[in-house]
Amino acid sequence: MKILYCCISLLITIALIVLLGTRYVAPLPLGEFLSPQHGVWYHAEPLDKNFDETLVIPALKNDVAVYFDDRLVPHIVAESEEDGFFVQGYLHAKFRLWQMEFQVFAAGGRISEIVGDAALDFDRGKRRLGMVYAAENLLKEAEANPQTRMMMDAYTAGVNAYIASLKNVALPVEYKLLDYRPEPWTNFKTALFIKEMTRTLAGGADDLGLTKLRDFFGDATVRLLFPQVQDSLSPVVPPGTVFPPPAVVPQPPASADSLYFKTVASNGGALREIEKPDKDNGSNNWAVSGSKTASGAPILCNDPHLNLTLPAIWYEMQLTTPTMNAYGVSFPGTPGVIIGFNEDIAFGFTNSSRDVMDFYGIRFKDESKKQYYFDSAWLDSDIRIEEIKVKGKPAVYDSVAYTVFGPVMYDAAFPSKENGREALAVRWKAHDPSNELLFWYHLDRAKNYDDYKASLQYFTAPAQNVVFASRTGDIAIWQQGTFPARWKGQGLYIMPGEDSSYMWQGMIPMEENPHSVNPERGFVSSANQRPADSTYPYFIPGNYDLYRGIAINRHLSEMQHITVKDMLNLMNDNYNVFAETARPVLLKHINENVLQGKEVVYLEAVKKWSLRNDIEEKSATLFHIWFDKFKKQVWQDDLEQAGMTEYPSDGTLTEMLLRNDTTFAFADNINTTETETLSDVTTAAFKEMVSVADSLDAAGSLAWGKSKNTSVYHLLGDRALPFARTGLPVGGGKHIINATAHSHGPSWKMIVHLLETPEAYVVYPGGQSGNPGSVYYDQFVDKWAAGEQYEAWFLKRGDKVPEKKVWEMNFKKK
Amino acid sequence: MKYFFSFVLIVLFSFLLSLYMSWWSVAVVAFCVCMCLIKKPLWAFVTGFVSILLLWGGLTWYISAGNNHVLAHKISLLVLRQDNPVMLIGLSAFIGALTAGFAGLSGTLLGRLVFEKKPEITEV
Repeated sequence: MKILYCCISLLITIALIVLLGTRYVAPLPLGEFLSPQHGVWYHAEPLDKNFDETLVIPALKNDVAVYFDDRLVPHIVAESEEDGFFVQGYLHAKFRLWQMEFQVFAAGGRISEIVGDAALDFDRGKRRLGMVYAAENLLKEAEANPQTRMMMDAYTAGVNAYIASLKNVALPVEYKLLDYRPEPWTNFKTALFIKEMTRTLAGGADDLGLTKLRDFFGDATVRLLFPQVQDSLSPVVPPGTVFPPPAVVPQPPASADSLYFKTVASNGGALREIEKPDKDNGSNNWAVSGSKTASGAPILCNDPHLNLTLPAIWYEMQLTTPTMNAYGVSFPGTPGVIIGFNEDIAFGFTNSSRDVMDFYGIRFKDESKKQYYFDSAWLDSDIRIEEIKVKGKPAVYDSVAYTVFGPVMYDAAFPSKENGREALAVRWKAHDPSNELLFWYHLDRAKNYDDYKASLQYFTAPAQNVVFASRTGDIAIWQQGTFPARWKGQGLYIMPGEDSSYMWQGMIPMEENPHSVNPERGFVSSANQRPADSTYPYFIPGNYDLYRGIAINRHLSEMQHITVKDMLNLMNDNYNVFAETARPVLLKHINENVLQGKEVVYLEAVKKWSLRNDIEEKSATLFHIWFDKFKKQVWQDDLEQAGMTEYPSDGTLTEMLLRNDTTFAFADNINTTETETLSDVTTAAFKEMVSVADSLDAAGSLAWGKSKNTSVYHLLGDRALPFARTGLPVGGGKHIINATAHSHGPSWKMIVHLLETPEAYVVYPGGQSGNPGSVYYDQFVDKWAAGEQYEAWFLKRGDKVPEKKVWEMNFKKK
Repeated sequence: MKYFFSFVLIVLFSFLLSLYMSWWSVAVVAFCVCMCLIKKPLWAFVTGFVSILLLWGGLTWYISAGNNHVLAHKISLLVLRQDNPVMLIGLSAFIGALTAGFAGLSGTLLGRLVFEKKPEITEV
């Protein structure tokens, strides 16, 4: 009997240890996870944590000091560039290891390794887009250059020095939740990270959807619904700029009219779509010259609009060596300072939003994909076998054929949503060899306009509007990247890939990229709008914004004696130029006679609206729901039958109506027997809005701030909802200078006043630590939401260690 | 006195071993201490349970209070689906306590089997 009791007790003990120490039964090994000495409690960082530390790293050339200010922003003082990048890598890993590794896993299509086969299509999409291939091409270039080789090697060594020192208990909490361990960092991973940013900003194309639309409605309708130049465009370079005659004059192929613009060929099936960049990705930047500021010194502003995530995409820092002193934000995963300033200049970015991705129809000889027809012959394709490891399951293999154009992204094994089983190769600028790191290497060190301009030649993708201002008074903006010189209409639709006649014929020389240097108007600016008006001699399709550019240029033209405070106010401006344009259109067409009760009240509210998307404005919510319903009523029936899911832009619809509202055929719902007029759909949309608004009002969330519910989610999204910050009181939105949408918007806000010593004001919706148990995890979020910024502490090289230092890390050689 | 001595030993060695070994070293410690020192099964369970309840409860409370429960708020939402740091601390302590309790019980039961041929030492 005693033996039996003993055995039962032992069995229970072992069962408990297995149950609480493994994931066989429970999703989390709670014993290990909640142990005060092993698990998640390790991350409950003391509020008064002392970040002082001294490390011995024999690989360093000299000792390195890192001074942290009260926001945990490091100011690295190194005696060589190698040491500087080493310590940058170490700090990125120390504070942001999980996110930097997770993001490159996402970039290279390896998420299935972490979460299982739910991510398989996501991973296959990344592989088929050629993300790994693109990163390999960048790596070859970057490692062939001694400067960028040094950057990458030192950075990688720094990251790995931290990983090697990492005890199990100190693994970031996400590793503990998802049950895996970090791998060593490599230069290739840095290359992948850069390509992931390229994909985010320049990895989209509407070619497939537009092809469907063309097949259904014809080329002319597509040109109408997706116009190249908007009537109210306020371009990046001032209108009236004279452009030199184009150096490259691409010729359309002889068959273009019959084969390309008019073909009717349909395919069934609607299956897959790779992750497309968010259409809202955009940014604002501008610089005003000393002639317009109170101090006489230029001021530069930038706020890149991206998905807002925790941990933030940015890590703020200052990096000083004898040859550089740059302050700003860096990407955990990449050496250097990406957006910021140094003692002499400041620089910022907005996305060019130009199309650098085209698709070609491929004819394979057979299902093996080993040969494809090109220029009257069967060419061998380069088959790349992608091994995708899957957590808890055998690896999945996907074969991707590479052609003269690039990888065949969609085919029978991975059918596209729009074009089914048709084999489509993608020609993407980001596949070409390039070395963007070299651009930042030079930009971080630039002392004047010439240095800045010289650095730009290394920047090919994702093309950006790079704004610049210098202490000596110059301001400039270049739309920089390498762009194909297209014949008119090239690349709007899927192109025939059976011969070379539809290939890109050349690239636009850098000197012909739109740019503006010390313009008479005293400012330069960009907000993802078309860079130039219709006199620009190249065909430049893109996914452009319209209204933020108008709003910014309107303000900057009028402003004089500008102060930093004025710039802060402008960045937070909630005035809605889109609504200013579209509201009169809606009000003109609504049939007021059929409205009653609450409807009349709501219409009055829209009429009286200040056109500002402030937090408490209920009318802003009414207007936006109304316009969305209206848009849907207009487009849904027509575009759905064509198989196109993207609607024409808000600006296009508004301008079509401003031009000609009497014969607006799209108003009619083709699914009904009656012929709906513009007035019918405007009124119907209004009534739909009223019922939505009523329920929002009942729930107490009709005010714009409530209905928008600005939130910053953790990178794992719903799986880690408690790590998010939701319900932030922030105004603004799409088309508005303060472009804060629900979970997308200003990911970094920077104002640099280029005085003798630069003065900068900065904030981002996150914090320096990636640890959800640290007060530095989301330290800046409330300040960001309130539209305020911190004054940055810019440490001058050689300054005595100042009073702003709160902690100090010392990296000793021995 | 013997129980208090066992309690001190379990707390001390659990803490020390956990610095280098897995979380279930608390079970090993409770098992060994109870096997050698405790004869009564119920008391073995109670001693193992209470030792780790206090050790883990005390440690997590100390850690979480110093963190103003910033992390505990989030993890309790994740694990317990409710915002309740105190309950998370309680759960942490209970999990360790339960494991150590059964380990202690097992230790004593095994000890009685192994040592039963030996002459009994009369308790004072």
